[in-house]
Amino acid sequence: MIDIDIEQQLGAFQLAVKFSVEAPIVGLFGRSGSGKTSVINAIAGIAKPLRGLIRINDAVLFDAAQRIDLAPEERRVGYVFQDALLFPHLDVESNLLYGQRLRSPKERFIEEARVIELLGLGALLRRKSKALSGGEKQRVAIGRALLAQPRILLMDEPLASLDVPRKTEILDYIERLRDELNIPIVYVSHSVTEITRLADTVVVLSEGKCLAVGDVDEVMGRLDLKPATGRYEAGSVLDTRVTAHDSQDQLTTLAFDGGELIVPHLDASIGERVRVRIRARDVSLSIRKPTEISILNVLPVFVAAIDEETGPIVDLELAVGSATLVARITRRSFQQLGIRTGQELYALIKAVSFDQRSVGYA
Amino acid sequence: MLGLGPEELGILALSLRVAVVSVICSLPLAILVAYGLARLSFPGKTLVDAIIHLPLVLPPVVVGFALLVLFGKRGAIGSVLEEWFGIVLAFRWTGAALASAIMGFPLMVRAIRLSIAAIDQRLEVAARTLGGSRLWVFLSITLPLALPGIITGTLLSFARGLGEFGATITFVSNIPGETETLPLAIYTFTQVPGGDAGALRLSIIAVVLSIIALATSEWLTRRSSQLQSDDRH
Repeated sequence: MIDIDIEQQLGAFQLAVKFSVEAPIVGLFGRSGSGKTSVINAIAGIAKPLRGLIRINDAVLFDAAQRIDLAPEERRVGYVFQDALLFPHLDVESNLLYGQRLRSPKERFIEEARVIELLGLGALLRRKSKALSGGEKQRVAIGRALLAQPRILLMDEPLASLDVPRKTEILDYIERLRDELNIPIVYVSHSVTEITRLADTVVVLSEGKCLAVGDVDEVMGRLDLKPATGRYEAGSVLDTRVTAHDSQDQLTTLAFDGGELIVPHLDASIGERVRVRIRARDVSLSIRKPTEISILNVLPVFVAAIDEETGPIVDLELAVGSATLVARITRRSFQQLGIRTGQELYALIKAVSFDQRSVGYA
Repeated sequence: MLGLGPEELGILALSLRVAVVSVICSLPLAILVAYGLARLSFPGKTLVDAIIHLPLVLPPVVVGFALLVLFGKRGAIGSVLEEWFGIVLAFRWTGAALASAIMGFPLMVRAIRLSIAAIDQRLEVAARTLGGSRLWVFLSITLPLALPGIITGTLLSFARGLGEFGATITFVSNIPGETETLPLAIYTFTQVPGGDAGALRLSIIAVVLSIIALATSEWLTRRSSQLQSDDRH
């Protein structure tokens, strides 16, 4: 359980954030300058709020009313920085053990061997931090934070300085940590892809305020959050289960309570939970059920909400079972089809529009 | 040894002792002051900075005179030191070490301060979040990363101490066997007829010592910066 209720003044910027969440991975999402880093800096004790309360499970880290303000070293909060910040004068092993050596044996619950195995660090131990690639540095930084035996792990845009293959690699490692270790993670990012792939619960921040808190599939599909989630990135998230693999065509079928989705082959077993993100601009609409068409996914939906701004684009929130899809179409199509709230339509989604990065293994 | 007479060896040993003691005693203070100047902001910082740099710009004789006034037997500090601790600095080799320390202090602080200022402070923040107390982070992260500057500062101050003349002769005079360091002995030789040969021999020793100090500094700095591979891209 993570309880945050803080107010802080940073120059002209005012931060007033309050949320209470419990999830294996909490996504802290917002554009740059929205106050994401300020929030986790306050959790880590790097910056001091004016007022408020910070509590992780039963541990009160900060409580202005009771004058509690633990020093960073007393908080047991693991912090993974954007650019790793490995100690340049120490080799990988000494970096890893820096925090562990400062904890008494009875405080230790994460073993060195386990972390080295989970993050694949075995071959790197004797290396100097200079001799590591960006992705390796980030893995060592994660291991170092874990071995300090934290009650929570904070990650501040840990993929920001990595190229795409490294990003995917680190995402896989973070998913392993979530599944293997029982440590809540607060994951800060401005990337919708990363947040929807990893997070279960999302906190959306904008201009130092908390705009929304909730399940990732509910929050990310909300049209009213579009200014904060970004126009280009608009989309929705579906929580699905793998029901079949077609080995001949290399396709995977996913089921959710609004129907089925066919996507390019996924490396997941039958029954496994998979979260897919569908970008609004990948969803087309049809009044009648189309036939003789290359698009594999045709879902009956009805229009729940219409976001009609000025400009050439209209976003529609579509209900499909209990899930939500967002479709983005031109104003011209919108007018030609005469779409109204409550109308029944067919949503068309090309199977090839799903990519590996938009699919998370929940 | 190397054709040096006992008298010359005595001068050499005294000079080295004065320089080594001055460096050892001033190093901890220099590190603290350098850290304060590099990392803290406090009222009067500019003044502190100026005072530390004074020996660099003042005539050494003025520094020596100030030491004499403050640390002499009847000086404000000197009388207290003698009465309470039985420590006498005036006209002793320890006084020569004090003079060297003060003259070399700005050089030492400058080099250390620059290297501390160059350390990414977020490394220290990271170490704190990993459970390191302020003091432990300073010892385990800041100091090792500042090592090249500490080495440079120490050797600069050491070399400056070996060559110290003006403040030393003013404060502790030129007493053979007690305060007559290398530069003072060279000066003595030049003041007597036929002393040129002796002055030349000692001057050569001074040159050799300085070269050794510089070469050592260079070598150590290169080694330590190789050891701590730079992480910044």
